[in-house]
Amino acid sequence: MGGALIGLSAVILMAANGRIAGISGLISRILPSSTSRIEVPQNFMFIVGLVLAAPVWFLVSGHFPAQFVSSNFPTMAIAGLLVGFGAVVGNGCTSGHGVCGISRLSGRSFIATLTFMGTGFLTVFIMRHMVGG
Amino acid sequence: MKFFSTLLAGVLFGTGLVVSGMADPAKVQNFLDLFGRWDPSLAFVMLGAIGVTMPGFWLVQKRATPFFSDMFHLPQRSDYDAHLVAGAATFGIGWGLGGFCPGPAITALPITATGTLIFVPAMLIGMAIAKYVALGVWCETSN
Repeated sequence: MGGALIGLSAVILMAANGRIAGISGLISRILPSSTSRIEVPQNFMFIVGLVLAAPVWFLVSGHFPAQFVSSNFPTMAIAGLLVGFGAVVGNGCTSGHGVCGISRLSGRSFIATLTFMGTGFLTVFIMRHMVGG
Repeated sequence: MKFFSTLLAGVLFGTGLVVSGMADPAKVQNFLDLFGRWDPSLAFVMLGAIGVTMPGFWLVQKRATPFFSDMFHLPQRSDYDAHLVAGAATFGIGWGLGGFCPGPAITALPITATGTLIFVPAMLIGMAIAKYVALGVWCETSN
């Protein structure tokens, strides 16, 4: 159900604007003085949409979605840096490569998805089963 | 129309992330915990998304142009380079550590968990560093 909504969103963005729903690409193109600043207001609208989703959920259901987020400063700061840096260097994240890229049968996206899944598995394995946490 | 459709796509995407549990880092980490409390449900979310996107893209691209733009902007690259693999590998480590990737992190902002408020600015800094420092004028062609 959630997956289908994500897919529907990607199809709408492609049908309307001819753009790939790659979140990291949309965000990074908004950053000031980026070399690839294109369609900034539009990218911004998508981000506004993302930010509105949880409040809309709150209005409909009366509660925010349940989540548990680590509040360990170094962990979350390093995680954020790595995710942001890696998404730009690797030309995409879970949405751009994992959903849109694989749907287009892009070889690059298959490789990227297998790679970040692999290092993701490995990181959680080390954190939970070797370091213990 | 263009702005409205983009806003709608954003809300739908965020809602999909919320409904599927992708906006919950603990659930994402359980998905990545193959040898522990493995929760395979997010694999079905991804497959569900691809199940809609793949036929949807195919249908949409039968048109000559998108509805509100003069062309489809598709990634043209098909080469494999070190950037792709190194970037994805780095991304995966951060994803495992924090349980967030970019979309869910932005979607989770209004819930204002402390970890999210740390993660998102760090992610933007990471993107900025990659864009302006490490890559210089390297031109983004994919995604």
